[in-house]
Amino acid sequence: MSQDQTEQEWPLFEVFIRSKQGVSHVHAGSLHAADARMALENARDVYTRRNEGCSLWVVPSAAVTASSPEEKGAFFEPSESKIYRHPTFYDVPDDVECL
Amino acid sequence: MDSKQLEAFDSHVAGEGKVEPKDWMPDNYRQTLIRQISQHAHSEIIGMQPEGNWISRAPSLRRKMILLAKVQDEAGHGLYLYSAAETLGVSRGEMDQALLSGKAKYSSIFNYPTLTWADAVAIGWLVDGAAITNQIPLCRCSYGPYARAMVRVCKEEAFHQRQGFEGMMALAKGTSEQKAMAQGALDRWWWPSIAMFGPPDDDSPHSAQSMAWKIKRFSNDELRQKFIDMAVIQAQALGLEIPDPDLKLNEETGHWQTGPIDWDEFWAVVKGKGPCNRQRMTHRRKAHDEGAWVREAAMAFANKQQQKSEKAAA
Amino acid sequence: MDAVIATALRFGDNAMVLGQRLGRWVSRSPTIELDVGFANQALDLIGQANLFYELAGRLEGKGRSADDLAFLRGADEYYNVQLVEQPNGDFAQTVMRQVLYAAYADIVFDFMAKGSNDDLAAIAAKGQKEMAYHFRHAGEWVIRLGDGTEESHARSQKALDFLWPWSHELFAYDAVDEKMVRQDVLPDAETIKKQWMESLGEVFERAGLIINEDGWQPGGGREGVHSEHLSYLLTEMQVLPRTYPGTQW
Repeated sequence: MSQDQTEQEWPLFEVFIRSKQGVSHVHAGSLHAADARMALENARDVYTRRNEGCSLWVVPSAAVTASSPEEKGAFFEPSESKIYRHPTFYDVPDDVECL
Repeated sequence: MDSKQLEAFDSHVAGEGKVEPKDWMPDNYRQTLIRQISQHAHSEIIGMQPEGNWISRAPSLRRKMILLAKVQDEAGHGLYLYSAAETLGVSRGEMDQALLSGKAKYSSIFNYPTLTWADAVAIGWLVDGAAITNQIPLCRCSYGPYARAMVRVCKEEAFHQRQGFEGMMALAKGTSEQKAMAQGALDRWWWPSIAMFGPPDDDSPHSAQSMAWKIKRFSNDELRQKFIDMAVIQAQALGLEIPDPDLKLNEETGHWQTGPIDWDEFWAVVKGKGPCNRQRMTHRRKAHDEGAWVREAAMAFANKQQQKSEKAAA
Repeated sequence: MDAVIATALRFGDNAMVLGQRLGRWVSRSPTIELDVGFANQALDLIGQANLFYELAGRLEGKGRSADDLAFLRGADEYYNVQLVEQPNGDFAQTVMRQVLYAAYADIVFDFMAKGSNDDLAAIAAKGQKEMAYHFRHAGEWVIRLGDGTEESHARSQKALDFLWPWSHELFAYDAVDEKMVRQDVLPDAETIKKQWMESLGEVFERAGLIINEDGWQPGGGREGVHSEHLSYLLTEMQVLPRTYPGTQW
């Protein structure tokens, strides 16, 4: 067995970047790091070389709980029929201002 | 395999639907993508070496900074691609091992040497030019994480080819020694660059399925032609001569036709007989081996810290 | 030489030589992420060198460009401290050299940025942020390695023992520096040494490393006296401009 197979792989982190004040952090990708501080520095070096951000989050990938594709129907289709939640559902006269 | 599932997948993809990591996908699709994305990542990583060879000797502060930034981008792009491949269930460690053991391939163009400064510059112009031709259609690849990584890569690489052309221009318009250096680099890199698109279509085993799955959008020959048409005009603007006595414009098609590509040489380099295959692999393995104690130490430190915080919490 | 020009050259040379050293790691680092990190730090440093050289060239008024100053001066005309020209060695030695220099430059630039010379202040303000990050990055690595495995601890202690003698030169002020202190451009040596020891003391304590003084204090970089290493570094770096004089690239 080679040395590398015994080498413990560094955990994966997901990287989120806030591109400027006033907008949300957005997922940018992932990377490996031994610890969270290293993940933050790696994220800074790898994902913000071109002024992409003013704030960074790193989250261990293992901590993400995701909905599964099999549940896509049950999760998301019920809202498709609730068209009354959208403003375009309502007919209002064109000539009323401030609406 | 469930044939209905496969049928649904094929029609979803045929209708330009995107595939995300946890979606069901045929095993072949997964394996094709793992192979292609990891090879692409390995190419970025090995590709750091021929240009990196001139970082310490770049002839001006400006050129040094440009080259450092560019080689750095290659490392970054390798990382984006490795993480895209990881979403398919292969680990970074497995991919590293595949590269280091020689099992995985990388673009064979990086097995050529950068003998002069002009070679490092010509890589930017020709190899990055070829790579961009290849990569732009990949931004629309059916597999979401790969397509997104490619969007990022293409956006960042926009400067690579331009700086390469600008650097060639400085040489081609410079002293006679510089011009000779530039011509020498073009002579060395022209044929490998056009071979970089891979074997001709009738000799490309994986292409048809990849096209159907929208992993690939254009055939090797189509992409090669697109690149040749651009590069010929750029070479003319530089006042350099493309090392191909048979090169001519086909008046009917409007495309430039080259002489025959030496596919024996291409396959020899793919199979390890290029001028630098061994050097590139030795370099990569040395970096990996010499870094082992660092990676272990960081992990040991992280484990100790975690134990400490667990103890404190208990 | 005018004290401001000399100071610009000294800090330019520190950055140039250290940047050249770090650039060597790209494609050779323990992880690809560190390749990216080293490239960033090398770029910061070469960027600093460029600004300091432009200023020195302008003040000198002999028409020398930043490139002329970088590529056409020999080792005896380079005025960096000898610490930064010491070889990369292993990763432990490189991050140790980085933490020693970055802690110093962070403090000096912080002062210089608020100092009386506007030209130097502008460069220092930019450089200070960069060096503060280098200190953080290198400092964390020193801690990880110091408190990692037995091997990494041993390598780190060895790196510290090897490099420590060259750290004294950082505070070995000469007449130029004293003039800059009087003009409120540089902080006095005692003050920065104290702050520097505080920053590093915390790192070394967490890393479990100890400083072994052996009384040897090499120096002379400020006057152009160097170790054997610098000439090799410059020979490699300057090969093209020296081989093809007067050529534009």
